Amino acid sequence: MPFALPIAQPAPASPRPPAPARAAANASLAAAAPEPMGFFTDTTVCIGCKACEVACKEWNQLPARGDGGAHLEMSGQSYDNTLTLSGDTWRHVKFIEQFPEPYHGRWLMMSDVCKHCVQAPCLEVCPTGAIIRTEFDTVAIQSDTCNGCRDCISACPFGVIEINHVSGTAQKCTMCYDRISVGLEPACSKACPTDSIQFGPISELRTRAGARVAQLQAQGEKGAYLYGADPTGPLGGLNAFFLLVDEPEVYGLPREPKMPTRNLVRGSMLSTIGAFMMAFVGALSLRARRITEVQQASGPKGE
Amino acid sequence: MQTSVPDTFFSSPPHFRWLIVLYFFIGGLAGGALVLASLMRLFGRAEDRPLVHLASEVALAGAVLSAIILTVDLTRPLRFWHMVIQNHTGLPMFKWWSPMSVGVWGLLVFGVFALVAWLGALADQGRTRWGVARAAANPAVAAIGAVGGMAAGLFLAGYTGVLLAVSNRPIWADSSWLGVLFLFSGVSTAIAALLLGARWRGLELPSTIAWLVRFDRITLALEAIALVCFVVSLGAVARALVNGWGALLVLGVLGMGVLLPLGMEWRPRIHGAQRMALAAACVLVGGFLLRAAVLLSSEQVRVLGTHVIR
Repeated sequence: MPFALPIAQPAPASPRPPAPARAAANASLAAAAPEPMGFFTDTTVCIGCKACEVACKEWNQLPARGDGGAHLEMSGQSYDNTLTLSGDTWRHVKFIEQFPEPYHGRWLMMSDVCKHCVQAPCLEVCPTGAIIRTEFDTVAIQSDTCNGCRDCISACPFGVIEINHVSGTAQKCTMCYDRISVGLEPACSKACPTDSIQFGPISELRTRAGARVAQLQAQGEKGAYLYGADPTGPLGGLNAFFLLVDEPEVYGLPREPKMPTRNLVRGSMLSTIGAFMMAFVGALSLRARRITEVQQASGPKGE
Repeated sequence: MQTSVPDTFFSSPPHFRWLIVLYFFIGGLAGGALVLASLMRLFGRAEDRPLVHLASEVALAGAVLSAIILTVDLTRPLRFWHMVIQNHTGLPMFKWWSPMSVGVWGLLVFGVFALVAWLGALADQGRTRWGVARAAANPAVAAIGAVGGMAAGLFLAGYTGVLLAVSNRPIWADSSWLGVLFLFSGVSTAIAALLLGARWRGLELPSTIAWLVRFDRITLALEAIALVCFVVSLGAVARALVNGWGALLVLGVLGMGVLLPLGMEWRPRIHGAQRMALAAACVLVGGFLLRAAVLLSSEQVRVLGTHVIR
């Protein structure tokens, strides 16, 4: 089962303890629960080596793109031939080639990955419960539950999730749940030769990222900022956040990612109003028909 | 440099293609058919019954077809039951805030009401003496079934639009009008299907047909308004429709599927039965094209790196 995510089985049911014992148990569980973990990706030190992509594929036993590697697909528009995250590419180093004229320009590199959103759109809409939040505050897809309805694909504002054609289920980065649950670092950050990808507790990463932004700005890179690090920002913050030096759209990121349920109330209300209109107009027109026919039937008699 | 790519353009297309287009069309039509059957049963007369029976058949066939199409469209079809039962715990799976989860349960409930309506219709026609069917034909049971069937039918006809809106895809998530648009379209396509079905079966029901045509005029007018509201509400994203799909939406859906039949139905006695059948066929084609244009226009939008592919 190369694509199955190992999920801890629930403990066998035990008699419910009395209230004070429950409170004590909850407190000890909270103390034992691991801290939220995540990635901080500093794009300014990414060299585009794609070691993270390879390490991810190797650890997670993901196939090569397309037909399994028999034919190498070339993008034809970039030195980057991966182009996008997919069901079998959970890490993707984007090459943003900003060359308005030959010899004058720059390369931006960004190792893209699932953002493990604090308020995860994919988890919210998943109708089978296949998408779960782990004890590390990361978001994972249980491959044995997913039935491939693809609702999560349209819900993800970052275009992260895709169908893996080997498993036939939706797949994405698990933040190497199998590695971090035994105290190991995810394969991608372990392989990163420049520490562009850093893994650790979110609070620690945010502090480190803030210091790095200050350092860059002091050195003259005034455009440096953090994308997704703010816990009060869109989606409650991202557990995989980035240091960028250009607009989010340049990196293929939405400026303000949103929850899909933002349209739920308004869309449902409009539909409900429409439904009442249909029922009301239908009933009224049938009543009107009856009245008209009764009048027509009684008309000649009255004359 | 600030680009002006809308936020919804960075999501990936979920590969909702022709099977889903077909399901949206059939589901909407089936929902509308049960709404019409319920209306005629609750507020109509005994003369309307042949059309109530026809509508019940359409609704049940639509429910069965919808379930089959949705199952086949899954990439792991044998796991279709994960939508209603949690595979790890055996408990019911339901999320009221996920339109797909609610929709699956809605289709299930709709199927039950469509079955009750169909059994009642069978007993009504004296085609069965089965106790359950006779119970379904009991006036009190039939009335309760009609009220529930109307609610379930209206839900099934409209929820698919809300499902698309509760996403992060361009066009779908950029408007809240899809649900109501699909609802009106579902009812109008059901009316068209009943008009054609009645003609095909040779049912002589002048009063019922005249009511259907009157109701269709109102529904088509509402559909036209909802379609305009949908396009206007897209704002800047409407530029994603400046292509063949947009042309299809204007010419195929609004022109052929709404305005042309509306004109033809305006004076049904002048235009004659054949023209009415043609108008009904146009409504059906327009309803199908509406789903195709809305679904597939968004499906083709994808941002790869910094390149917008359309």
